[in-house]
Formats: sequence, C-alpha cells, structure tokens
Amino acid sequence: MNIRKILDTVKKPFEKGQKFEKYAPAVNAFDTFLFVPNHTTKHGAHIRDAVDLKRTMITVIIALLPALLYGIYNTGFQYYSQLGFAFTTLDAVIHGSTKIVPMIAVSYIVGLAIEFAFAIFRGHEVNEGYLVTGLLIPMIMPIDIPLWMVGLSVAFAVLIGKEAFGGTGMNILNPALTARAFAFFAYPTYMSGNKVWVSEASNVDGVSGETILGMLASGESTIPYDVSQMFYGAIPGSIAETSTLMVLIGALILIYTGVGSWRIMLGSVLGAALTGILFNLWGANELMNFSWFNHLIVGGFAFGVVFMATDPVSAAQTTKGKWIYGILVGLFCILIRVFNPAYPEGVMLAILLMNVFAPTIDHYVIESNIKKRLNRKIKSNLNVA
Amino acid sequence: MSKNKVLLTDPLDDSNPITVQVLGICSALAITVQLKAAIVMSLSVIAVMAASNVTISILRDLIPNRIRIIVQLVVVASMVVLVDEVLRAYAYDVSKELSIFIGLIITNCIVMGRLEAFALGNGVWRSFLDGVGNAFGYAWILILVAFFRELLGSGKLLGVQAIPDFVYEMGYVDNGLMLLSPMALITVGLIIWVQRSRNRKLIEQG
Repeated sequence: MNIRKILDTVKKPFEKGQKFEKYAPAVNAFDTFLFVPNHTTKHGAHIRDAVDLKRTMITVIIALLPALLYGIYNTGFQYYSQLGFAFTTLDAVIHGSTKIVPMIAVSYIVGLAIEFAFAIFRGHEVNEGYLVTGLLIPMIMPIDIPLWMVGLSVAFAVLIGKEAFGGTGMNILNPALTARAFAFFAYPTYMSGNKVWVSEASNVDGVSGETILGMLASGESTIPYDVSQMFYGAIPGSIAETSTLMVLIGALILIYTGVGSWRIMLGSVLGAALTGILFNLWGANELMNFSWFNHLIVGGFAFGVVFMATDPVSAAQTTKGKWIYGILVGLFCILIRVFNPAYPEGVMLAILLMNVFAPTIDHYVIESNIKKRLNRKIKSNLNVA
Repeated sequence: MSKNKVLLTDPLDDSNPITVQVLGICSALAITVQLKAAIVMSLSVIAVMAASNVTISILRDLIPNRIRIIVQLVVVASMVVLVDEVLRAYAYDVSKELSIFIGLIITNCIVMGRLEAFALGNGVWRSFLDGVGNAFGYAWILILVAFFRELLGSGKLLGVQAIPDFVYEMGYVDNGLMLLSPMALITVGLIIWVQRSRNRKLIEQG
C-alpha cells in the first residue's frame, strides 16, 4: 500500500458531503504537503510551472539552515566560553539544541494551530506561509526568552499581523518581525540589555554578554571582538543572526533560485553603507565612529535584509520600487542605530517601517511609469502628424 | 416607548460611537491605561453629553443656523468646565491625573456629532436619551479597553493587584506593550473584530 492510497482512505470521511467535510482543509494541508495537488484550472490556457508556494518556502528554509545550524553552535559556544568552561564542539551543539529546538517546536505548534483553526473556520486551505515564519521567529529571539513569550509573540503575529488582514499574502507587515516587535515592546527586559544574549548569563555575575551594538550605544569604544569574529559570527546576539558568512550563503541560495530579490538586498547594503560612510565622516558618537563596513556585519542587519526585507508579501513589488525600498531599509537601519540609544539595533524597526511604505512606493513607481508611457505615446503621435 | 428605547440601546452595539462610527478614538488611546481614569472619564462624558444634548434641544428653535456650531461649542465648553470644577472639588487626585483630558472632552467628536445629528432636530427627552445612550456606548468600550490594558499591562485593577503572586512566581511578566498607546488601538480593533463576527449586519458589502 503506498502513501497515496493511505491518504485517500484517510481523506474519505472529509470529502464533500461526508461527515467531517468542515475539517477538510486540515487533511488537505498534509496531502498537498506530500503530493502535488491535482487541481486543474478551468478556463483558458495557463503556463504551469513547477515552482509553487511550497517549493518557494522550502527553498527559504534550506537557505535558513546554515544560519540556524551555526546559531545552535554559537549558542553553546557563547555559553561555555563566556562562563569559562572547557567544552568540545559537540557540547556546544548539544547545549544549543536543548535551548533552541523547544523554541522552534513552540513556534510551530502555536502558529500552525492558529493557522489550521482559521483555515477550518473560514473554509479555505491551509497556506504554507507559516513554514518559514515559524522558523524565523525563534531564530531572531534572544536565547533566554521564556517559551511562553515565544508562544504569545507567535500568536500575536499570526492573529493580528496576518489573519486580521486576511491571511497569508495579505499581511502588511512581515509576521516574523511583528512577533519580534511584540516581544520587544511587551517584555523589554527579556529582549534587550546586556544579560539576555548569552545563554543563562542572567544567573551569573561578571559575564559580559552584551552585543557589540549594545556596547557602542552605551559609549564603550573598545570592542573585544575583531572583524573576523564579527564576520564569522562568534559574538553574542539573537540566536541565528550573528554569522554574516552563513547569512551570505543563504543569500546566495535565495538569489540563485530567484526566491529572494537581489535588488532589495543590494539596495539595503548600499543604503546602509552610504549612511554609514556619512556618519563615519561626522563621528559624533561611538556608533558614528564605528566603521561603515562593521555596521554591515554586526547585529541583525545582514539577517534582516536577506531573509525579512525580501519577504515577497510585505516588500515592494516593482523593480524600481525594490531599489527604493531596499535603500531606505538600509538608511533607516543605520539612522535608528546611531540616533536612538534605546534601540541599539535598528533593522527590525527599519524593515517594519518600510513594510508600511512599500505599497506607497509601488503606487508612485507605477504612476510615474504610466505618465512616462503616456508622454511617449503623445510624442510619437505628434511626430506622425 | 420602544422607539425611545432604541435611542438608548442602539449606540451600545449597532451604532456604537467607537467601534462602528470610529469617533472619539483619541481619548480611547489616551486615558485607558488605568481603569479608574477610564471610569471617571466615562462618567464625565455621560454628564457632558446628557447636559449639552438637553440644552441644545431646548434652544434648537432659537439658534440661527449659520452660527449653530459656535453655540454648540459654547454649550459644550460650559458643561466641560462645570464637570472639571466638580471633579476638582470632590475628586482632586483623579482630576489631577486626568488633567488636560477632561478639558479635551470638548474636542471629542461624539459630543459635537450628536448635537449636530440629533439634538438640533429632536425633542428634549429624546435628545437626553440619545446623549446618554451614546455616552454609554462610548463608556463601555472605554472601560473594556482600560480593563484589559490595566490587567495585562500592570497586573492591577483599579490600582489593586489583580494577578496573584504565584502567577508571577511561575514566570509570568506584565506586558509592557499594553501600556503603550498602539495597544489601545489594537484592543479596539480586536473588539471591532469580535463585534462584527457576532453582528453580521455591520459588515459592509463589497
């Protein structure tokens, strides 16, 4: 008996007119997860492509894996090295896994439960959008955040960030960042400061688990990490954002498969670099003196730009709009870092802000395009006459 | 009589000033951090609306149409000053807490809206009922929002600890976001969501 047959038997009571018809979306979700759906379009000819939402989402998950795996290792690494224990790589990975796997589990259980409930209640199919969001949310949290806060943030993001607007594809804000913003404003002591970034650091005195940006914001000028550490990621930070190298590998996967927009990524880097250079010339505080190149490789900038600014739902859609959107994300990220000491990291708020403006950017790009084409048409008509 | 009853009950749900007409949102954000402030504010708005609706209704045939807004402003302003003075005399602490917001009742769109839309064209008793009804519609949303914001934001109700200690010992933490104004908007949004899924005729077509 193959899987197809098993599924068909299971699905029997859920078919139209049967007893559990209402709960069909829940079963169909598993079916379409395993098999290509057998729906066909009813009218006209359509170009069919093998890429669907599911494959897109799986690609993003593959792109996230390097950062996640390094995040798991780095969690253990920071824990053992900051607390001064001897350890092997395996110890570090085990410690990281015991911390991070439960967070991922909570995120998926809460998020998918809400998604399934809404699908059944509203009578539509379960969307795959949460597969990525559910992995992203734990990856951008500090390591010691209690699990119930993860669950609550997930519930807030899915309910108010997504379902209130009509579900996957309709959200204005990136759901993963909505979850983080919720936790950030609701439980600031668990989301910022110098004790939350290293696993269990809050129980030990004298551990310096502050992030680089946090140190700079509080006016320290000597950073105990060198550029290669910042780049490879052996620094404290949110779980999976520390390693710029791993994020770059993810970025290459996204760009090569065409899932993530290289325009947004490049635009953000340009925007941040230019803003960074300008502030380097100004140099009024430690964050302004921090080299523009270092600004690009510390904090969540790389991770946010590659995996969240490029979210196809909440980002700008037009080609020119993507450049504008990207550059502004970079610009605001550095602006918030430099000018607001309460938010040493600005990338979350920068992306959320630009999410809000993305439809406006698209609108004006389209309008200007229409105007340009109209003018061209008028001119060519004049030439003919 | 049932027609009059509608004046009282309609604003509570079907034409609620906050959740359906989306008026008076500013004060719903500003003074819903604590339940006590919200209750005092609600009582003040009830008093102001009832009194000014009645006054305008009495004067409705005397007010020249072209200057009616100014007359309405003067009436509402005097009622607000009265309420403010009473609060200062009998509840000084609360009045200090609410400070500017009592004075700002005059800018509450619901007050002027009901004067324009109802009191100018209806009898005294009906205008009174309409004022009280709309003020109650405003009040219960305000109090509901304040209830959740104070309970979840600072773990208290009317300034008394409401979430027991053992919950905190289990690791519960007050939600700081509830104290920020955006959360008032989101709470109002959630109330609107619940209301519309229960009361289907409020959903706009198309």
